[in-house]
Amino acid sequence: MSEKFNIDSLADLARIRLKKEEKAKLTNDLSKILGYVEALGQLNLEGIEPTTHVAKLENVFRADEVKPALVREEVLKHSPHREGNFFKVPKVIDQA
Amino acid sequence: MNTYEPVIGLEVHVQLATKSKIFCACSTKFGSEPNANTCPICMGLPGTLPVLNEQALRLAMKVGLALNTTIAKRIKFDRKNYFYPDLPKAYQISQYDMPVCAHGGLTIQPESSGGITKQIGITRAHLEEDAGKLLHEGVKDGSWVDYNRAGIPLLEIVSEPDIRSPEEAYDYLTRLKAVLLYLEVSDCNMEEGSLRCDANVSLRPKGESQFGTKVEIKNLNSFKAVQKALQYEIERQTEALEQGEKIAQETRLWNDMQGKTISMRSKEHAHDYRYFPEPDLVPFTVTEKEIEAVRRALPELPQARKERFVKNFGLSDYDASVLVNDKVLGEYFENCVKEGANAKLACNWIQTDLLGALNERCLSFDQNPITPKHLAGMLALIENNTISGKIGKDVLPLMIDEKKTADQIVKEKNLVQVTDTKLLEDIAERVIAANPNPVEQYKSGKTQAIGFLVGQIMKETKGKANPKIVNEILQKKLS
Ligand SMILES: [Zn+2]
Repeated sequence: MSEKFNIDSLADLARIRLKKEEKAKLTNDLSKILGYVEALGQLNLEGIEPTTHVAKLENVFRADEVKPALVREEVLKHSPHREGNFFKVPKVIDQA
Repeated sequence: MNTYEPVIGLEVHVQLATKSKIFCACSTKFGSEPNANTCPICMGLPGTLPVLNEQALRLAMKVGLALNTTIAKRIKFDRKNYFYPDLPKAYQISQYDMPVCAHGGLTIQPESSGGITKQIGITRAHLEEDAGKLLHEGVKDGSWVDYNRAGIPLLEIVSEPDIRSPEEAYDYLTRLKAVLLYLEVSDCNMEEGSLRCDANVSLRPKGESQFGTKVEIKNLNSFKAVQKALQYEIERQTEALEQGEKIAQETRLWNDMQGKTISMRSKEHAHDYRYFPEPDLVPFTVTEKEIEAVRRALPELPQARKERFVKNFGLSDYDASVLVNDKVLGEYFENCVKEGANAKLACNWIQTDLLGALNERCLSFDQNPITPKHLAGMLALIENNTISGKIGKDVLPLMIDEKKTADQIVKEKNLVQVTDTKLLEDIAERVIAANPNPVEQYKSGKTQAIGFLVGQIMKETKGKANPKIVNEILQKKLS
């Protein structure tokens, strides 16, 4: 295969496990998407600023004011594991 | 010996002093109950929309201008994607290719440089949100997560690899922190995580222009730790290179207890953050007018204050540096002068006696009970000869312990300098009569013997005699 991506590493980055047939299908789909996007490469974009956002909006700020949301209990209730007011997760790092 | 040259770059994360988080209205207060300062936005729940805190951008601009960077006219945010339990959204909102600030510098002057200054380039400074905090200690089979820090505004300040020694790194950090404190953009409290630093270091043969393989050091909890970790890492890499080994590009953790860096053998994938523009935030434009308004409102910075202290008060470069590196100390000094204190006298007394006395009592400078007015009052007593400098050294600690003015202490303890010439002459005669040997020595040309006689008179007056007058009287009587 001469794809511009590696389906295994993409799956790895996305933390998903793919079966062999899924890999083949997704590789095919992704290639088509990339090909579609690559069509843009044929446009002459000289002197055109890159678009960073599609909405014609800018400078949307909020003032620096505190408003407590008081949702802790609600969110913790939906967590698969909690201990007191903490979320609990599997140990992830090799500690020094 | 010394055939390798270290190349060091520093990344400093500073928490910007806003009341609310960078993209939501949660409080940034330190020490709140676990997960109390969270909301659907910073928890990364679907359907929520982050909105930029305008104060965070303003504070970032202040830092950028103080570090002589160019403030970008156009700013956008990007997503940095990675999975980690401290990151509720599985991405961090950061800035990739359009940071708020770029291309600046900071002048350093390490103590060991003998007064030579050096410019350390600032590559960029960008806004981003902090992650949550993982707690491992005492937790059985797992870790706890507290998302109070998730969404706290950070400014990451990245230096050029211009630093060449651990001392330069230490000086850079000290001066950067001073600038941040002068700007009042952060409390820079390292224990609370408001200021964090990672260091990149590589070695290359002296004279070589290409960089060697760099190692990133994390878990640096103080500026001293940065200095020690770099020292250790330079030695480690030198040894490895001398034995013909290759340096691995890796992240190492500093272990302060063991005094060494340890390879972080994580199963971590090669970094592939797949940055892309954050679609939930619109871009921002900053006008020249807005930049100028922030620039005009900048306070006096350490470098300028130092130059002013040298010029206006006649302080040495070194003394002025010590005073301005700590904002509070410099302001205290200046207030003493405003209260009428002699500048050089105030500078010496603050640096040696006052700081020493506070240190002995384990008091920080914030806890100093002597007001500038009262220190100026004490110094005035020395200047107008009411007390000697020597007595002053006894009075100052009493001012701290008894919370009284120098005037009160001097009166209560009867410490007023004895300038009564008649009384001192009487004592001098007694001392001369009682010490024939030193008197003989003095008369035979060993003039330093007078010191003993002065000492005796000081002893009789419990240190209160004016030493200048005593000297004059003795010289007259012995001639
Ligand atoms: Zn929030």
